[in-house]
Amino acid sequence: MSHKIIVPIGPYHPLQEEPEYFQLYVEGERVVDIDIIIGYNHRGIEKLSEAKHFDQVPFLVERICGICSSSHPYTYCLAVENILGGEANIVPEKALYIRTIIDELQRIHSHLLWLGLTGHFIGYNTVWMWAWKYREPVLDCFEMVTGNRNNYAMFKVGGVRRDLKDEDIPVLKKMLDELSPGIDLFRGAIMDDPVIKMRLKGVGLLTRKQALDWCVVGPTARASGVNIDVRRDEPYGVADRLDWKVILEKDGDIFCKTIVRILELYESISIIRQSLNKMPKSGSIDAGVKDIPAGEGIGRVEAPRGECFHYIKTDGTNRPIRHKIRSPSFMNVASDKVSAVGGTISDATLTLAAVDPCYCCTERVAVINKSDKRKVMNGWDLIKLSQEKTLKLKEGYDGRPE
Amino acid sequence: MDMRDRIKESLQDKIKDWQEKSIKRIYFSIDKKDIFKVTQALFKELELRFITATATDMPDYFELIYHFSNDPAGEIYSARVILEDKLRPEIQSITPLFPGAEWIEREIWEMLGINFKGHPNLKKLLLSEDWPQDDYPLRNKK
Repeated sequence: MSHKIIVPIGPYHPLQEEPEYFQLYVEGERVVDIDIIIGYNHRGIEKLSEAKHFDQVPFLVERICGICSSSHPYTYCLAVENILGGEANIVPEKALYIRTIIDELQRIHSHLLWLGLTGHFIGYNTVWMWAWKYREPVLDCFEMVTGNRNNYAMFKVGGVRRDLKDEDIPVLKKMLDELSPGIDLFRGAIMDDPVIKMRLKGVGLLTRKQALDWCVVGPTARASGVNIDVRRDEPYGVADRLDWKVILEKDGDIFCKTIVRILELYESISIIRQSLNKMPKSGSIDAGVKDIPAGEGIGRVEAPRGECFHYIKTDGTNRPIRHKIRSPSFMNVASDKVSAVGGTISDATLTLAAVDPCYCCTERVAVINKSDKRKVMNGWDLIKLSQEKTLKLKEGYDGRPE
Repeated sequence: MDMRDRIKESLQDKIKDWQEKSIKRIYFSIDKKDIFKVTQALFKELELRFITATATDMPDYFELIYHFSNDPAGEIYSARVILEDKLRPEIQSITPLFPGAEWIEREIWEMLGINFKGHPNLKKLLLSEDWPQDDYPLRNKK
């Protein structure tokens, strides 16, 4: 590695989608410390929410994140419904099914997005292209069902805003049928490819003890053997009426995180299929909630990245007086402090991306040489480095199984 | 033994006001001075997962709620602390117990100006370094 100075790109740059900034401190090839600098995108949504009435808040909170834009409004609705007596008691039957279908469709498109980018970072651009190719029909289905490819505007306190039309159901089923073989392909490509295995095994390790101490959630926790999934632990929608399982791995490396997400895709497909079959043909989709009494409520949903948490305090008026939001990445990104430190810089981008922090962050990396504090590499250099490592492994691989 | 009984047995008289607002949402109040011991008991001994803490600027006091999850049962236990000093709100930090609390306390510190005694790295997280002192975005403005 040369020690030339390169101006770092970010935290703001036209090439990048979202600002987040990591500074890696390196000694030679080894990462010895990491500074995580966030907040560039802080929009004061908790405070804004206090100025909206209860029916406006879902539109606001789904803009927290475009990728998991059904998790936040869903969590908010659950928090308010917690004050009203619980989702199961007030939300009509058909709306429960629609909620689950939208939530799982979102998980599919989010996991495929992650898979594609991971493929790109390790130099498997075919995986990237394929994953995004299979993600596209999922977004088309969103467009058909909700009217939007992102920010679906489906959720409201007491139900959903739009009905799932009968003619949409066969289209959804067809999309799922075509998606399944695509995921088989990824499973085969990633689980059986010895080079990918070598590249991802033992990299970006987060032990079970560390996962518990850093309170991480979602696939990041499940890959480290922490058996949590809100869908099973505190079921919402119709999750408890369907047959599916929580995917658990134990090694805590990036390979495990990839496996967890790929296998979860199958579970999501299965959940949607069962929901489409069991959903009542007709019926109300909205309970018509008018007033929210004074009180406090907590909602949580298993977003693609883990447990999403909302706390609502009300005083009987038409607005919340406190709306606390804790997204899963807030817990997961912090754990980079242990999973990236000790690894090499060629693994850094991959490790930072493995928690699925809405991606952008990895493009905002600057490497600082610890002895003279000079900036030596930026995000693109690191991706290149990561891809070169895969190439080296590939060239050195003699065709024998490990 | 049920987690409710285990918590009651472990914390005993530290619990002041036990409320089960719905089946899986349990709230109780504790004294400000007990926060470290309570967290130690809930997180380390009873192995509950720390979700986050909610701080609210109320008219006469600051309210801090520490949310813990009992994942096998899907319950959330919320420990409520009232900070009566509106001018200089302060409480002991729980970050020395486990690193997962670090960002949560930093966020509350910068957003509401609640000081966490003994926090190893109390600096700005979401706001920029040159944000004016004594201006806390989540406090209610008069």
